[in-house]
Amino acid sequence: MKDTVVEKLTARFSESIEFINEYRGELTVVLKKKAIVDVCRFLHDDDELHFDSLRDLLGADYYRPDDRYEVVYNLFSLKNKFRLRLKVRIDESDLHVLSVTSVWSGANWQEREAYDMFGIVFDDHPDLRRMYMPEEFEHHPLRKDFPLMGIPGSLALPRK
Amino acid sequence: MDTTTVDPKKRIFRALEDQDTSVTFDDPLENDMILNMGPQHPATHGVLRLLVRLDGETIVSAVPDLGYLHRGYEKIAENTTYHEFIPHTDRLDYLSPLANNVAYVLAVEKLAGIEVPRRAQFIRVICCELARLASHLVWLGTMAMDVGAVTVLLWGFREREKIQDIWDLLTGVRFTTSFTRIGGLAQDMSDETTAAIRAFLDQFSENLHESEKLLIKNKIFIDRCEGIGYISPADAINIGLTGPMLRACGVEHDLRRDEPYLSYPELDFDIPVYHDCDTLARFYVRMQEMKESVKILYQALDKIPNGQINASDPKRVLPKKERTYSKMEELIHDFMIVNFGINPPIGEIYQAIEGSKGELGFYLVSHGEGYPWRLKIRSPSFVNLQSLPVMLKGQMISDVVAIIGSVDPVMGEADK
Amino acid sequence: MGMNSATEGFLTTRLDDIAGWARKNSLWPMPMGISCCAIEMMSFAGPRYDVARFGSEAFRFSPRQSDLMIVAGTVTYKMSHVVRKIYDQMPDPKWVIAMGACTSTGGMYRSYSVVQGIDLFVPVDVYVAGCPPRPDNLLKGLMEIQKKIERGEKPGQREKIYIEEHA
Ligand code: SF4
Repeated sequence: MKDTVVEKLTARFSESIEFINEYRGELTVVLKKKAIVDVCRFLHDDDELHFDSLRDLLGADYYRPDDRYEVVYNLFSLKNKFRLRLKVRIDESDLHVLSVTSVWSGANWQEREAYDMFGIVFDDHPDLRRMYMPEEFEHHPLRKDFPLMGIPGSLALPRK
Repeated sequence: MDTTTVDPKKRIFRALEDQDTSVTFDDPLENDMILNMGPQHPATHGVLRLLVRLDGETIVSAVPDLGYLHRGYEKIAENTTYHEFIPHTDRLDYLSPLANNVAYVLAVEKLAGIEVPRRAQFIRVICCELARLASHLVWLGTMAMDVGAVTVLLWGFREREKIQDIWDLLTGVRFTTSFTRIGGLAQDMSDETTAAIRAFLDQFSENLHESEKLLIKNKIFIDRCEGIGYISPADAINIGLTGPMLRACGVEHDLRRDEPYLSYPELDFDIPVYHDCDTLARFYVRMQEMKESVKILYQALDKIPNGQINASDPKRVLPKKERTYSKMEELIHDFMIVNFGINPPIGEIYQAIEGSKGELGFYLVSHGEGYPWRLKIRSPSFVNLQSLPVMLKGQMISDVVAIIGSVDPVMGEADK
Repeated sequence: MGMNSATEGFLTTRLDDIAGWARKNSLWPMPMGISCCAIEMMSFAGPRYDVARFGSEAFRFSPRQSDLMIVAGTVTYKMSHVVRKIYDQMPDPKWVIAMGACTSTGGMYRSYSVVQGIDLFVPVDVYVAGCPPRPDNLLKGLMEIQKKIERGEKPGQREKIYIEEHA
C-alpha cells in the first residue's frame, strides 16, 4: 500500500511534495502549503487510495526561525486500513492555510482547536472561533513562548 | 464572518444563527427560542454546554460549546518527562483510566523502540478490557437514567464497584490507577487478582443480562431510543467517528482487528456491528461489546504466560523499587530516568488503541530530550461530539438527553 | 419582664436547635460534578457507600433547592464563573465541600487554564484530600459539615476543616 500511495502522489503532485519520509513504519508526506486542499481532495476521492476519514489534525510549534509552525493531518483509509500523515509548514509571517473542511467535515473542530492553540488561521473555514479558551482570551497557549502557568491577569476570576 | 467586529461573547450565538437551517417547520408565531443546556446540567455528562435553537419543540440547530474542562494537558506534557505524564493519562477518559495508561505507554514504547514481554502484554489486554467494562457500565447507567430508568444506574454502579475492587487489588488504587510503566507495568498480577477477576466474570454475565432485560423489554426505553439520533454512515465516516458510534452505523472498524496491538491477534472475539445508525443501535453495540470483553478476559486469563513483566532495558525502564535501595546500578538508573527522562531518538509517531469510546491515539514528537516536544491526544469523545449538531437537527428537545447519552462523551478527554 | 425574655431566648435557641438538627440530617447536595471526582461522587451516592444513611441522597441539580455544594473536579477559569453563579443562586445557609486535590489547590494541574484552588472565588468549609478522595472520605467530609451545623456554626463563622487521606 505504501508504494501505491507514494507512486500516485508523486505522479500527480511531484512539484508540491517537499519530501517523503518513513519512520517506524509510518509514512509522512510534507507538502507545500498551497497544495493541501488539492492533495486532500485527491486522496479522498481516489478509488484505490480512498482516505475517507481524517483521524486527527493538529498544529505544532517548532520554535525555529523559518517555518515555525506545522499543521499535521492524520488520514486513515477504512478500505485499505492504512494511515498516512500529511504535513504543511507555516511561516510566522503568514499564518494562513486553507481549510480542509470541504473535504472532511470533521476537520471543523480540529481546525478550530489548532487556531485556538497556535493562532494558525484556516481560510475558508465556516466558523473559526476558539475551541477551548474563552473568546476574550488573547493568547495562544500551546505556543512555545507562552508560559505554562499562563500570563497573570489574562483570564478573569469571578469576584469573591 | 468578520470576527473583529462581533462582541466575543456573542460569537457563539452567531455560530448558532450561521448554521444551515434548511430544516424548517411551520411556526405560527414565526419566532424561535434559544435554549442553553449546561455546562452544569445532569444529562450533559460533565461540563458540556449545548445551545439549541428551537422551533416549538423541534431543534433547528445546535452548537456545542466545549472548553469548560480544558486543563492544558498538551502544555503540561511538554513540561514533564515521559514517565511523569502517566498519571495525567488517568484523568483523560476517567471512566477507563487503565486503557489510557496502556495507550500512552504503547505510544512512548513505539517512539523509543522498546519491546514488552508477553506476560505484560497479556496483563495490558486485561487492563484494557476491564476498563472497557467499567466505562460501558457507567455509560449504561447514565444513559438509562437519562431516559428514565434509575435502577440500571444503581445496578451498573454495583458491578462497577466490583471492578474497582479488582483495580484495587491489581494496581493498589480504586480509580486513578497509573498502572503501566514505560517498558512494562508497575507490578505483577497476583494469583489473588486472577481469582478475583474470574469470580467477577462468573457472575457478571448474568447481572448484565438482568440489566439488559430491564431495558430491552421496556417499551418506554425502546420508544425513546429507536430511530432517534440518526446519522448516516457516510456522515459518520466523514466526521471521523470511531468506536461504537461508527460500528452502530454498520461500518466494521475496530483497531483491535485492523491495526493489531498487544496480544489481541491471539485472542478470539467478534466485533458487533449494527446497521440502524440510531441510539438503539449504539445501545446494542455497547451491550454486545461488554459480552465480547468478558470473552476476551476469560481467554486472556487462560493464556497468560509466566515470565517477566518489564523489558530489560535499564537505561529506559524503571528498575524495581526494592532493588534501587540495595543496588548501586539500579539506583543510578532510577536517578537518571526520573531526573532526565528516557530520551527517545528524534522522530515522531502516532499510536492508537481502541478505547471504550473509540480511537484513542497519541501523537508524539521527540527531539531526543527527556521531554516530549509535542504531544497530541487524539481523543475519541472530542471527535464523536462533533456529530451532535448533525444528529440533533430535526429532533425533539426531549431526545437531546438520549442522544448525548448515546454518544457517551467524557469531557475530561474531549476538552483535554 | 426578665423572665419573659429568658423564656423567649430559651424558646428560640431550642427552635434553632431543632431546625439545625433537621437541617443537619437532610442536607441536600448540589453535585457540582465536573470531572473525575464526580464519578467517585456517584459511587458515594451509589449502593455501596449509600449516602442515604446520612440523609443526603436527594441530589438536587437545581441550586435553588440545595444547601450543600460539593465541587468535584478541576475548575478551570472558564468554569469558575459558572461555579460562582451557581453558588450565588443557592439559598442561605449554604455550605461548600471542595472535593479532591484539584478543587482544593489546583492539584496536579499547574497550568494556564486551571484555577489553583476554588477558595480563590468561593468560601469553602471542608476540604477533602485525595485524587480522587475515596467515597468514605467524602462521607467523612459530609459528617464534618453535619457537626458544624450541630455546633450551631452559621456559614459566616467559618473554620476550615481538612480531611486527610488515610491509607
Ligand atoms: S482531584 Fe484528581 S480525581 Fe479529582 S478531579 Fe482532580 S484530577 Fe480528577
